[in-house]
Amino acid sequence: MRKAVIIGAGMTPVGEHWKLGLRDLAVEALLNAMDDAGIDKVDSLYVGNMISGPFVEQENLGALIADWAGLGNIPAVKIEAACASGGAAVQEGVKAVLSGLEDVVAVVGVEKMTDAWPSDATRYLAYAADAEWELFHGASFVALNALVMRYYMKTYGYTEEDLALFAVNAHSNGAKNPYAMFKRPIKVETVLKSPYVADPLKLFDASPVCDGSAAVIITTPEKAKELGVSKEKWVEVAGMGRAIDTISLASREDLLTLKAAKVAAERAYRMAGVTAKDIDFFEVHDAFTVMAALSLEALGVAKKGEGAKLAREGQIAIDADYPIQTMGGLKARGHPVGATGVYQTVEAVLQLRGEAPSQVPDAEIGLTQNIGGTGSNITVNVFRRV
Amino acid sequence: MARPMQVSRYWRHFREKYRLIGGKCENDHVHFPKRSICPVCGSRNVEEIELSGKGKVISWTIVRNPPSGFEYYKPFPLALIELEEGPVVLAQLTDVDPEEIDFGMEVEVVTKKIREFEEDGIILYGYKFRPPVK
Ligand SMILES: [Zn+2]
Repeated sequence: MRKAVIIGAGMTPVGEHWKLGLRDLAVEALLNAMDDAGIDKVDSLYVGNMISGPFVEQENLGALIADWAGLGNIPAVKIEAACASGGAAVQEGVKAVLSGLEDVVAVVGVEKMTDAWPSDATRYLAYAADAEWELFHGASFVALNALVMRYYMKTYGYTEEDLALFAVNAHSNGAKNPYAMFKRPIKVETVLKSPYVADPLKLFDASPVCDGSAAVIITTPEKAKELGVSKEKWVEVAGMGRAIDTISLASREDLLTLKAAKVAAERAYRMAGVTAKDIDFFEVHDAFTVMAALSLEALGVAKKGEGAKLAREGQIAIDADYPIQTMGGLKARGHPVGATGVYQTVEAVLQLRGEAPSQVPDAEIGLTQNIGGTGSNITVNVFRRV
Repeated sequence: MARPMQVSRYWRHFREKYRLIGGKCENDHVHFPKRSICPVCGSRNVEEIELSGKGKVISWTIVRNPPSGFEYYKPFPLALIELEEGPVVLAQLTDVDPEEIDFGMEVEVVTKKIREFEEDGIILYGYKFRPPVK
């Protein structure tokens, strides 16, 4: 079977880009990735994006971005899987390369969220929930995650303080990332003193509304050689998995098991021939602190109910056994929803090339996990240093 | 703002939303809202069942920054409620002091106004849950 390697990675800083539109951000990230690989054309483009229609009244992103990036008459489409759109787009790009249909593929994730009023942004994000049975009742995405958070704390006896540790860790790492939205460390008190958005979930338990774009170039090792891309730039996409769960939270078999992540991770581990123990760093989807805890459990890093214990025991820091969110995670880097999975991919590439601002020493294998909905659509990707 | 809720779209679900009509498959798996395929066993032999509307609070939150269209109601409590027939339903709690909400609190269904649309005048009704009226 063919192998897929990432040979170029690029991104824009995450933030409130008042002066830049969706197309500006996407083109910038895309050209950064192409320049990184040293190429000026690609066979196709996959765009990870969640809600450009409501946010900026723009769909047909494949045509828009390929056109404005000067890529010619290539095939280009948008891939949507709620907040996991970026991770899913990377997988579609890899699939195209592995199938042999395309040799050099570009994937760009982009989201422009700050052009909308905050309450409209809240509404658009809730489009990832079940419209008739969740949003109908006034559920925001934060509220749905708050329901999970309260139940998690009650079931396992955790406190708001325990979960705050995930935010503290993310900010501590994000402080060193020049592309992060929040480049300052915070204390547990900062999280606890922030206002409730949906009790017990506070402002600092949640990732921010923001803009950003990230991109990667995927090809085969043979083609990479032919294109003259230095081997030091290569990072292998060793495994991938994707799965869904019930779209509404109320229909979930177990509120506290990210079944989709579990299934996706099993597939990704099997394809890569690794287990959770072999992974040197984890970029999990910490859109909300409780989701970081549940993710660690679903990925097999922690036992069920013990995800937050890992944070409490200091095991998630850069120099600990299970480093997570090495460039700030969604919490500090920022979470431009449809772009996040591609940001995670770019960050994994930097770690495996040894170029990350908070480098995990001798990182060989990294994992990214990207959650859409309240765990309803999840991608897991495993990357390996070549 | 866009008009996300047209009359026909709302009308399609009025039985579930007014009368809590769920589904029960040939193997007695009960679910809500009704589906044509049982989510537990995959049976397509599913009949309608009217749920009692009595249940217990599993988890709850206070929505302080609601999606647009719900600003008027904020803050409001939203909960996951396990009905006595088994299914879990997401709904707003009403007629309750937020301080009184607790795990396992008994609640019963009540039909209330969910939302008004200023532009086209549709008023949406549906289920909410409240502590049982003695
Ligand atoms: Zn059944």
